[in-house]
Amino acid sequence: MTAVDALAATDSSDGHTPTRHTLAAKGLRLSYDKKEIVHGIDLELPPGKVTMIIGPNGCGKSTTLRGLARLLDPSGGQVLLDGKDITTIPNREVAQVLGILPQHPVAPDGITVTDLVSRGRYPHQGWFRKWNAEDDEAVAQALTVTNTAELARRPVGSLSGGQRQRVWIAMALAQRTDLLLLDEPTTFLDLANQVELLDLLTDLNRRSGTTIAIVLHDLNLACRYADHLVCMKAGDIVAEGTPREIVTADIVSAVFGMRCDVLVDPVSDTPMIVPIGRHHTNTPRDSESTS
Amino acid sequence: MTAVTSSDPLVSLAQTRTRGRVRRISVAGGLAIAVVVVFALSLVVGAAVISLPDVLSTLAGQGSRNTNYVILELRLPRAVAGVLVGVAFGLSGAVFQNLLRNPLASPDVIGISTGASAAAVLGIVGLGLSGLAISGFALSGAVLTALAMYAIAWRNGVSGYRLILVGIGLNALLLSVISYFMTSAQVTNAQDALLWISGSLSGRNWNQVVPLLVSLVVLVPITMVLGRVLGMLGLGDDTARGLGVPVGRVRLGLIVAAVMLAGVATAATGPIAFIALLAGPIGRGLAKDGSPALLPSALVGALIVLVADFVAQHAPFLPNLPVGVLTGAIGAPYLLWQLARTNSGGQGG
Repeated sequence: MTAVDALAATDSSDGHTPTRHTLAAKGLRLSYDKKEIVHGIDLELPPGKVTMIIGPNGCGKSTTLRGLARLLDPSGGQVLLDGKDITTIPNREVAQVLGILPQHPVAPDGITVTDLVSRGRYPHQGWFRKWNAEDDEAVAQALTVTNTAELARRPVGSLSGGQRQRVWIAMALAQRTDLLLLDEPTTFLDLANQVELLDLLTDLNRRSGTTIAIVLHDLNLACRYADHLVCMKAGDIVAEGTPREIVTADIVSAVFGMRCDVLVDPVSDTPMIVPIGRHHTNTPRDSESTS
Repeated sequence: MTAVTSSDPLVSLAQTRTRGRVRRISVAGGLAIAVVVVFALSLVVGAAVISLPDVLSTLAGQGSRNTNYVILELRLPRAVAGVLVGVAFGLSGAVFQNLLRNPLASPDVIGISTGASAAAVLGIVGLGLSGLAISGFALSGAVLTALAMYAIAWRNGVSGYRLILVGIGLNALLLSVISYFMTSAQVTNAQDALLWISGSLSGRNWNQVVPLLVSLVVLVPITMVLGRVLGMLGLGDDTARGLGVPVGRVRLGLIVAAVMLAGVATAATGPIAFIALLAGPIGRGLAKDGSPALLPSALVGALIVLVADFVAQHAPFLPNLPVGVLTGAIGAPYLLWQLARTNSGGQGG
């Protein structure tokens, strides 16, 4: 029985199991080409929860995620994995507990679904380690959970956008990490596929206690699916907490520069942001929160 | 794929893996057999046709004085050089094309082999060197050309397409450098000139083959080991790094290995045109699984060189051409087609 299965088998009643690894940023500064994008943020990903990072274009949310995933070296401050500076931990060891699905992942021409998902086992294999039963089990489980098993032999390039994204998720799942970061995984997907993907990630979190952090551009889906919401603007974190705590019309207006009403989503009882533009409003009303 | 597949994902996975392994072995095996066949043909066929049993007995040390000379001094070193150079260029091309994610990014197109050749010519004509020193010069030429190309193409990082354009320009420059050395040294032997401009196996003997063999014994295993990770780099830098691949170091190691492979091959036979360009795409096309297909590419490279040299020597309607002229005749239209395809696909920049 693998560690992950054992973890799943000890589910507590609320579905949250304790995870063993923590990821945090302390005074993190990130820059591209000498231009500072993220200005010294402190962020702790609550273990075993789904965290969503939201914010307007250019606020630094993707940059923050890449910094947390050590794809970008900090220009100041630190990223701490289990309390240790992540740059001091060998990359392969990090990859065994932390998985990242970047924006716009690239698949080589002609690669099949099985091959791509199998690449997720690399951190556990090394230069010469051969395939073993655990590797096969991880890949098989990843394919099953993402409903991509029937696509296993097809070239990734021949799949639809929704199918392809599920395959990338399967690769991340095959990696069997305690922490999983995803950068805008729902871009270019239609609504049905977006919801399906987020449900899949929620399954993973509830079943295995995986700590998940997602950069999402859709505010309402973020409010629905997040246990913990982080709201960024211009390289700083302006609000952090559960969606019910922090999502108010004032915050949305301040961060996104947009008037809105905040209602209660009738399906999920989470905050629902209804934007107010210049057209198609029934009566002129001030932006008062109705939560 | 109509074979019965189990609904149990683990069994299905095992079947898929076995199928992939079988395919890889058949492709590599088929290519290896083809190489052996053409290799044998090139030992048998010639001005004097020597039967296969005689060839084999000569190789075993039982030949007559005549067959010993023809086989062991003439045909065998030439054929071995062909295989080694084909492997080296094939690997070099496949690695470059995969790393730079562009089928045009081949060491022969972007001037690496020409740089090696220019350095070798400088060594021979300018300094009267021979043997191992030529290999060393060619190697340095290849490395210096690669560095120069990188330096010129660098502008806050290197875009693949800019690198290729700079490489093509450098290639033209270095060709003229070679021609200059040829004229200034009054090389009257046309074969010599052709060797260093378009590559040739004619006159290759053990003096060239042995240093090449020694270099490849070191370089090929290193390249193949690093090549195991090449497929991971194909996922994009971010994903690869996220999976624990030491992206920067592996890429540097592979580039150095690929440049050196082109360098030592050029030292032995001159820059045989377009082997590096053709072997990669053909190898990948045969493997058909999206992997970098280094082993198939190496074997395809060897096969192309051997076949082209065989045709160049023995085709009834052609004079005795250097192999580089023939591979140029196949490779140039392919290159033009590739260029046109890239432009129409909007990647022309």
